[in-house]
Amino acid sequence: MNSGVITAMKPRTFRRHFRESFKNLRRNGWMTFAAVSAVTVTLLLTGIFLVIMLNLNKIGTDIENDVEIRVHVKLDAAEADKEQLRTQIENLPEVEDVEYSSKEQELQNLIKDMGSDYTLFEQSNPLYDVFVVKTVRPQETPGAARKIEQFSQTEKAVYGEEKVENLFSFMKTARNVGVVLVAGLLFTAMFLISNTIKITIFARRKEIEIMKLVGATNWFIRWPFLLEGLWIGLLGSIIPITAVAVGYYYAEQAISAKLTGHFVEFIGYIPLVVPVTALMLVIAVFIGIWGSFISVRRFLNV
Amino acid sequence: MIDMQGVTKKYPNGVTALSGVDVTIKQGEFVYIVGPSGAGKSTFIKLIYREEKPTGGTVIVGGMNIATLKQRSIPALRRKVGVVFQDFKLLPLLNVYENVAFALEVIEEEPAVIRKQVMEVLDLVGLKHKARMLPTELSGGEQQRIAIARSIVNDPKVVIADEPTGNLDPDTSWDIMRLFETINERGTTIVMATHNKDIVNTIRRRVIAIENGRIVRDEQRGDYGYEA
Repeated sequence: MNSGVITAMKPRTFRRHFRESFKNLRRNGWMTFAAVSAVTVTLLLTGIFLVIMLNLNKIGTDIENDVEIRVHVKLDAAEADKEQLRTQIENLPEVEDVEYSSKEQELQNLIKDMGSDYTLFEQSNPLYDVFVVKTVRPQETPGAARKIEQFSQTEKAVYGEEKVENLFSFMKTARNVGVVLVAGLLFTAMFLISNTIKITIFARRKEIEIMKLVGATNWFIRWPFLLEGLWIGLLGSIIPITAVAVGYYYAEQAISAKLTGHFVEFIGYIPLVVPVTALMLVIAVFIGIWGSFISVRRFLNV
Repeated sequence: MIDMQGVTKKYPNGVTALSGVDVTIKQGEFVYIVGPSGAGKSTFIKLIYREEKPTGGTVIVGGMNIATLKQRSIPALRRKVGVVFQDFKLLPLLNVYENVAFALEVIEEEPAVIRKQVMEVLDLVGLKHKARMLPTELSGGEQQRIAIARSIVNDPKVVIADEPTGNLDPDTSWDIMRLFETINERGTTIVMATHNKDIVNTIRRRVIAIENGRIVRDEQRGDYGYEA
């Protein structure tokens, strides 16, 4: 008999671990149900949360990218004054792009957006010549607008003021809260699963004790539990993944219809559902195996 | 087979269970370990299958040094040492056959070998006809015979028994002892901790008496030596 280390698993042994893991799932039916439910609930919450956060993030970015400063040029400004203003604006470090739009162009845009009633104004155009200014980063918009207001040829610099500032701070808070909540949910899920598997292992500590007494290796004892954790994770992910896949299909359709023509839109079905469900699957597998691993370790190191 | 030199065992809580124990047990011997409760019998037994490690001295079992044995080498030791307990330690959800086969399955024995050896030992312990029954359907003596069958099914060099008759009535205890004698006759070393005066005084074998963690007596064909 060899006195060294016993390693190398035979295929027959692996099949045994498979059988054993399924047998354990059945034998501990209620514990299995509890563990699977824990995975289901947490993954479902995490999944829904991910979908909402990713879309909020997308909408936020859409809105941010659309923010621009409209600089109204004083009515009495001469061509040279306009050129001077343009140079002043362009020299601001925050400014990325400046486009000129004459009051005639502005009116045409207005007519296009609002309808032909506005052609009346062609007789006496009440609009200003406008510089449309984009900043490098959307957050720099208010600061840049304040600076532009100081220039002598500026009548007014408009960017939707408070609305934009509120949006920025809301998006920032929402992202941080989202990250913390998702992390918290995942931690709770792992804790629940590891505890549940700990209880199933505890129920079988006698079995483990006997296995050790008759000379089973630690890995031989560990494998069925790891597989069991894997099955629990996978079983628990079925409902959440289906819910996200089906639910987002309808949500995306319903909401996209309402958002048509606006500059914001939801993330498309495939680009959202594929990575989110893949991530959910990875999380399910990871917390299942990880949960059983840390639980079984306690019973092996005697 | 088993060699202890200057063995000391001190538990983390400060209790000294064994001190200065020197014993050599040869292959094929039958040894009783006797002594009052708490004298160190169980610790002595546990050192042999590395449930405990000595805090001083050396313990060699089947050529393996218990004190320096690596965690991952424990399974190799346990495959040379069969263990039997007072409370049988059978798995209640497995039937008799499965309980015995379990010991071979977990060491990845060939299925054909498992079938053959399990049926052989069940025949030896006289319970072949109850192979499909659950442990709970059997008497205490029968359950202990299953536990003994499990301990010898992989043909270990030594069987360690901690109070194997402690939960059994006298008649059943004699049956169990006859079984241990049969196993011993096949060349397996038996080390048995016991409180059973009648058995020790009737089936005369080597007796090692432990008191306060020291060996106070070691006699071939000794007697129990205490009032039971």
